Amino acid sequence: MKLTKLLTSATVALGLATTAMADDPTKVGFVYVGPVGDGGWTYEHNKGRLAVEEAFGDKVETTFVESVPEGADAVRVITQMALQGADLIFTTSFGYMDPTIEVAKKFPNVKFEHATGYKQADNVSVYSARFYEGRAIQGHIAGHMTKTNKIGYIASFPIPEVIRGINSAYIHAKKVNPDVEFSIIWAYTWFDPAKEADAAKALIEQGADVILQHTDSTAPQAAAQAAGNVVTFGQASDMGEYAPFPRVSSIIDDWAPYYVARTKAVMDGTWESVSTWDGIGAGMVGIGEISDAVPADVKASALEMVAALADGSYHAFTGPLNKQDGTPWLAEGETAADYGDNGLAGLNFYVEGITAEIPN
Amino acid sequence: MDLSAINPVLLIASLMVAATPLLLAAIGELIVERSGVLNLGVEGMMIIGAIAGFAISVETTSPMLGLLAAMGAGAVLSLLFAFLTQFALANQVASGLALTLFGLGLSALMGQSYVGVKPPAMAKLDLPILSDIPVLGPIFFSHDPVLYFGIALTAAVWWFLKKSRAGLILRAVGESHDAAHALGYNVIRVRILAIMFGGACAGLGGAYISLIRVPQWTEGMTAGIGWIALALVVFASWKPWRVLLGAYLFGGINVLQLNLQAAGIAIPVEYLAMSPYLITILVLVIMSADKSGAPASLGRTFHASQ
Repeated sequence: MKLTKLLTSATVALGLATTAMADDPTKVGFVYVGPVGDGGWTYEHNKGRLAVEEAFGDKVETTFVESVPEGADAVRVITQMALQGADLIFTTSFGYMDPTIEVAKKFPNVKFEHATGYKQADNVSVYSARFYEGRAIQGHIAGHMTKTNKIGYIASFPIPEVIRGINSAYIHAKKVNPDVEFSIIWAYTWFDPAKEADAAKALIEQGADVILQHTDSTAPQAAAQAAGNVVTFGQASDMGEYAPFPRVSSIIDDWAPYYVARTKAVMDGTWESVSTWDGIGAGMVGIGEISDAVPADVKASALEMVAALADGSYHAFTGPLNKQDGTPWLAEGETAADYGDNGLAGLNFYVEGITAEIPN
Repeated sequence: MDLSAINPVLLIASLMVAATPLLLAAIGELIVERSGVLNLGVEGMMIIGAIAGFAISVETTSPMLGLLAAMGAGAVLSLLFAFLTQFALANQVASGLALTLFGLGLSALMGQSYVGVKPPAMAKLDLPILSDIPVLGPIFFSHDPVLYFGIALTAAVWWFLKKSRAGLILRAVGESHDAAHALGYNVIRVRILAIMFGGACAGLGGAYISLIRVPQWTEGMTAGIGWIALALVVFASWKPWRVLLGAYLFGGINVLQLNLQAAGIAIPVEYLAMSPYLITILVLVIMSADKSGAPASLGRTFHASQ
């Protein structure tokens, strides 16, 4: 008798639990490559997560795991998130591309969103921002500001996103200052303040007086400040604490609207696998305030370029442009395509004039 | 491709800076391991030192107080490890790993209000005549005091282990804690002191990164240097001067490879990027061919009743 009663109540409890689950908030998971306090890339993704919480309140439940190494560890973390009942998972670094695809195959009902990659699936969307538009602005200002004509660039990994940035910055620096030279250091890390500081110091010691960075910490800013006469730009986040000098402007990633929209789509059941690639125009790439350390005329021309990139009247990759080996890439007036051979999505060559080589 | 762009004087000066945190942490761990304790929590103690030193020097605007606080914080955290392994007789490997995880988490919590804050600058030692000597001046006489302290500490540790009676006791405890105990030495006390010394050194090394080398606070900023320090102690065969050599080699090649990249040298970047690890290991492996092995009691727990 007792046993039957126990079983019955267990069944009821189970039933209740199942119903309760149906009313559960939508669970959204985030996988971060650095710590949320990095002041750069991950910091901005986390701001997007907080925006999702603010927009939907009790109806969502967000979780995140920070400092997840790219590779096998990522598979484990993403799987864990899916097993814990996440409905939507954002994986926010290029190196999570294959892990995301791998896990997504095992969890067809979970929606995945991978940042900055190019592999899509039925339940995997890709999204990225056209950071190279921001790099064009930086190159323009850098070309004007440099006195030694030597610009240092701290790069992370040789992937299309980073190479696009180097090309875009170089093209626009060269346009305003034909004597400009780029020194590029590959740090092989997204986040390692000590190494980034060392890289910045090495560039400064070799005469660079403008430092562009595609790594996520503010360490290069501090190194430039210590040197005293070196210009920097905020990366991924405003890094405004180093304004007005050395940081004279910045690229700000604004993921919040996208994250809110995608979470909404999951709630409404309208989520579809898409490929999103937005720039300054859509607000995914923001240009941080250009400080007064930049001469007024340079600031004005930079702002003009921002406006032109935003309304689409100007493309950051407009011909005539040659590849590094001298073969033609874009004809006069032609703009680079997003996809296909020589497309921006898979860009793997430097433009003519850069003397370094891309590691591969 | 322009080697002349690399200024060897500046290069040597900056390699010394790059090597110092590694040297400090490794020297501390060397003493710990010579006493027979394996503390894998170096990374955790470093990062706690980094944030404690940063926070105190921002609040008091005195870098020196910050460095002292960092040493204190590292030592206090290491006491936790000492308690677990020396009194609770917990497994040293597990306790050390726990210490690292705990330190990383706690430092992130403590550091939340310090992201983006600038620390007061550490004055460089400026010796009026010596610092102005060409070549030698920038290399030897114009650094921050901590860098010299690291070298002095190496010498002191060497003297302590080799020449002093207390060093002999420490080594005895590390080689055979039972024999040392039978001779009437307090094994637990020696080990706790060694662990605290290691913690203080790691803390100082961490603060060197956050106050002098980078200088700012970001979460996880030690980025694995504690682990390299651990490996360095092993490859240096538990000898202080080899630790110094290894640290300078590692720091040096790291800085050199960045400089070579910036100068556009046509060596593939991948080789440059892995060269610090490869060359440091290679040199130290060759040097450690004399088979002066690990302290015999390394990693074993001790209890007087056993």
